[in-house]
Amino acid sequence: MLKRTIYMSLFSMFIAASLWAQNSKMVLVKKGAYVPLYGTVDKKPVTVNEFQLDIYPVTNAQFQDFLKKNPEYSKAKIKGIFADKSYLSHWESDFSYGKNNLSNAPVTNVSWFVAKKYCECQGKRLPTLDEWEYAAMADEKRTDARTKESYTKYILSWYEKSKTYANPVGQTFKNYWGVYDMHGLVWEWTSDFNSIFLSGESRKDKDTDKNLFCGSGSVNATDLMNYAAFMRYAFRGSLKAKYTTRNLGFRCAKDFK
Amino acid sequence: MKKIILGLALLLMIFQSCDSNKKASDAPKSKSISDLSIYHLPSKWTNQDGKDIQMKNMKGKVLVMVMIYTSCKSACPRLVADMRNIESRLPKDTKNVEFVLISIDPKVDTPERLKAFAKENQMEGDQWTFLRSSEDNTREFAAVLAVNYKKISPMDFSHSNIISVFNNVGELTYQQEGLNVNADETVQKIIEEAQKS
Repeated sequence: MLKRTIYMSLFSMFIAASLWAQNSKMVLVKKGAYVPLYGTVDKKPVTVNEFQLDIYPVTNAQFQDFLKKNPEYSKAKIKGIFADKSYLSHWESDFSYGKNNLSNAPVTNVSWFVAKKYCECQGKRLPTLDEWEYAAMADEKRTDARTKESYTKYILSWYEKSKTYANPVGQTFKNYWGVYDMHGLVWEWTSDFNSIFLSGESRKDKDTDKNLFCGSGSVNATDLMNYAAFMRYAFRGSLKAKYTTRNLGFRCAKDFK
Repeated sequence: MKKIILGLALLLMIFQSCDSNKKASDAPKSKSISDLSIYHLPSKWTNQDGKDIQMKNMKGKVLVMVMIYTSCKSACPRLVADMRNIESRLPKDTKNVEFVLISIDPKVDTPERLKAFAKENQMEGDQWTFLRSSEDNTREFAAVLAVNYKKISPMDFSHSNIISVFNNVGELTYQQEGLNVNADETVQKIIEEAQKS
């Protein structure tokens, strides 16, 4: 009898653990280097170490689970210093995303503080800006598709589409690393989003702006690629940690050990 | 019996799922502390004397805060000068104002180094506090202050030049942006807040 109960409890723990794991599958992104649009002196490549990244952005259903376990982050209880007034404003109630939102749509209207906390509670963290950009430059076949015109055009055409945030996760393309939705669904928080300067505090950054805005008339693939990246950097640069917006979600990352 | 064990196992899973969820509820519960107070931040910091503190330990004081790094050659000396200038312009009998300089380079800026920096810059009075923490906590605090920073080479950071004033319950009430700007308004605000203390 005792043996059986032990088996039973082990079994139930196993089930619970595997359900939990299913919530947030990750893939390995291998070490590499890339030249970011901003932030390096002399345009030197930045090395990105091997890391794990969630395959999908965090969904409404997953976030609802998190809130039930951590009610201090519910709409009613969240402290103003950690999220602004529009926090989860599209949800039906404190602990329910309701009928108007899909369970497997990405959760949005979440602040950086809460996104960070969510990942910490999973034993993870937010990806760094470099990790995110590095993983996001892959298309289906290549680790770096940025110079491919059709790829950049795809990204830019998404920037023009509205309300993609209401779509389910996993319906855009699966990239080289096995990750979905880096483009085409929602914008995503990064751990160091506040490392961007577009206000001219760093002369090096300003030069890039000048190149973008005052460049020659011809637009080539590199310009388009820079333009797409510029949009992301400009967006991040405009954010504050407690801001929440309808088209901004997140996914988690983890060091590879 | 089986059901009880099963229930217990599941309960265990739930409690284990997030061991850090206690932190936020550690925040002070006193009613006088508003939603927007930095006293809610659970992060731990070390000062120039090697003493550990949290933001809520500075409760009751008006805080004038800036983020710097001690090996900085360009903007920080001017930011530090701006802080000294503001401090020197407060009436001699001003009480309960703390000037807090937070390092964005915690690897290099050890408590010893902060202590030495304080000495070099004649900022050794009780009103000067130098703080450092983990890179994560620093990034988070910068987010609260809306200070952006990035390591741009092994030696240098680019960073926003913002001096922030917090009232005696930890709410951000004023920010001065830029270097060598006219500090009249900042000084005025600090005096106002200090009088409320």
